[in-house]
Amino acid sequence: MSNDVPSELKYTKSHEWVRADDDGIATVGITDHAQELLGDLVFVELPEVGAELGAGAECAVVESVKAASDVYSPVTGEVIEANELLADSPETINQDAYEEGWIYRIRLSDPSELDALMDADAYAEHAESEEH
Amino acid sequence: MDKKTILNTTHREMGARMVPFGGWDMPVHYGSQIEEHHAVRRDAGMFDVSHMTVVDLRGAGVRSFLRHLLANDVNKLGTPGKALYSCMLRDDGGVIDDLIVYFLDESWFRMVVNAATTEKDLAWIEQQAGDFDVAVSPRFDLGMVAVQGPVARAKAKALLPDALREPAMALKPFSAAYAGDWFVGRTGYTGEDGFEVMLPEVEAPEFWRALAAAGVRPCGLGARDTLRLEAGMNLYGTDMDESQSPLGSGLTWTVAFEPTDRDFIGRSALEKQRSAGSLPKFVALLLDGKGVLRGHQKLYDGEREAGEITSGGFSPTLERSIALARVAADAGDVLTVDIRGRRLSVRRVKAPFVRNGKPLIEL
Repeated sequence: MSNDVPSELKYTKSHEWVRADDDGIATVGITDHAQELLGDLVFVELPEVGAELGAGAECAVVESVKAASDVYSPVTGEVIEANELLADSPETINQDAYEEGWIYRIRLSDPSELDALMDADAYAEHAESEEH
Repeated sequence: MDKKTILNTTHREMGARMVPFGGWDMPVHYGSQIEEHHAVRRDAGMFDVSHMTVVDLRGAGVRSFLRHLLANDVNKLGTPGKALYSCMLRDDGGVIDDLIVYFLDESWFRMVVNAATTEKDLAWIEQQAGDFDVAVSPRFDLGMVAVQGPVARAKAKALLPDALREPAMALKPFSAAYAGDWFVGRTGYTGEDGFEVMLPEVEAPEFWRALAAAGVRPCGLGARDTLRLEAGMNLYGTDMDESQSPLGSGLTWTVAFEPTDRDFIGRSALEKQRSAGSLPKFVALLLDGKGVLRGHQKLYDGEREAGEITSGGFSPTLERSIALARVAADAGDVLTVDIRGRRLSVRRVKAPFVRNGKPLIEL
């Protein structure tokens, strides 16, 4: 597969990405590989602002022409913003999974959780192995 | 190992994402299912349906055999080339398969049956053919390409064999013409005009590439499913199967009870169901808000469970979610659906949702 895997992000086995922003805040989305597997997205159920999420908790649903798929929070914390653009334009995730297609921003309870996530190389290998 | 159609390599070379489908390795899309869907509604698209099986039935007894085998009556077919949609039933009225049957001459009819059901269909047909003068031949040597959309016929025309070009362009809907092993039906499964073309398997890759060069967009089974759903057409295996009667699957119109002396398989079971009443209703639904209806989601009339969605999805034409569902005979027109624990309102509408590029329901 030739999907884009930016080197500055962290990844989960369930195909979420996390970008560590300043001041203990992180942004979460699903990977380019995930959007390609799902096909055209038609609906995104966003997390509620203020929700407290545990690492691994179901926090959003991305639904494509093919299937509904849960999004699991890679990290523990409080949701501070959800990407409302996705409510009307879920296809933004297909077009730009890592920038415009972000899903929510979270205030990290424990920034060290990020260290346990995969880096780009490990994720690329994981995604490749699932293809076969 | 999934089976491959003759076009498998061609699909891969043209960028298809392949998935397992009913025992076959088939393209689900070539990049964007939604764009493929729109291509068929607005212009022209094509589908590899070579996994489906063409079955030729020949012999002096073929008409009387099919009048026994099928729930619809092939005596509706008087003009050579005309086609009929029918269910093939078990004795208890369960649907073994749905199919199209073409009348070609008094000793030759042709059926097209589903891919996943082919083996059991052939066994059943052979078993029933016993006392009739009929020979059953599956045509695994033929490939099949559906070319669909408002300009599909115009784009396909030049690529048909010379002898078939004029007869094919003169076809009325739901009829077919043939020349040698090329066979063209003005049929489809999308709610648009178009052709289904059967041809010698070895010629299929060249035909496919020529259609692509003529501006016909390759489409996967994903778009085929959303197109048929918008067109309000049933899908075997999800909307009906051997556990369901055509009468509870929105297919009563395909069962020919008249003339009353035609003894078709399943007849007495269907007559009993009909007189007993309270058969489930098979309905079309529109989701009022955002979300996606899917098969097996439960439906409620107030607090009472009232049925289940049989197939659902997102309608690219309507930009809303739509579904087909089986509900209790007394269920109301406004229901709720359980989507992952939330109850959303759905409204009963009249199928089809979309035909010939135009929405047919009020949003």
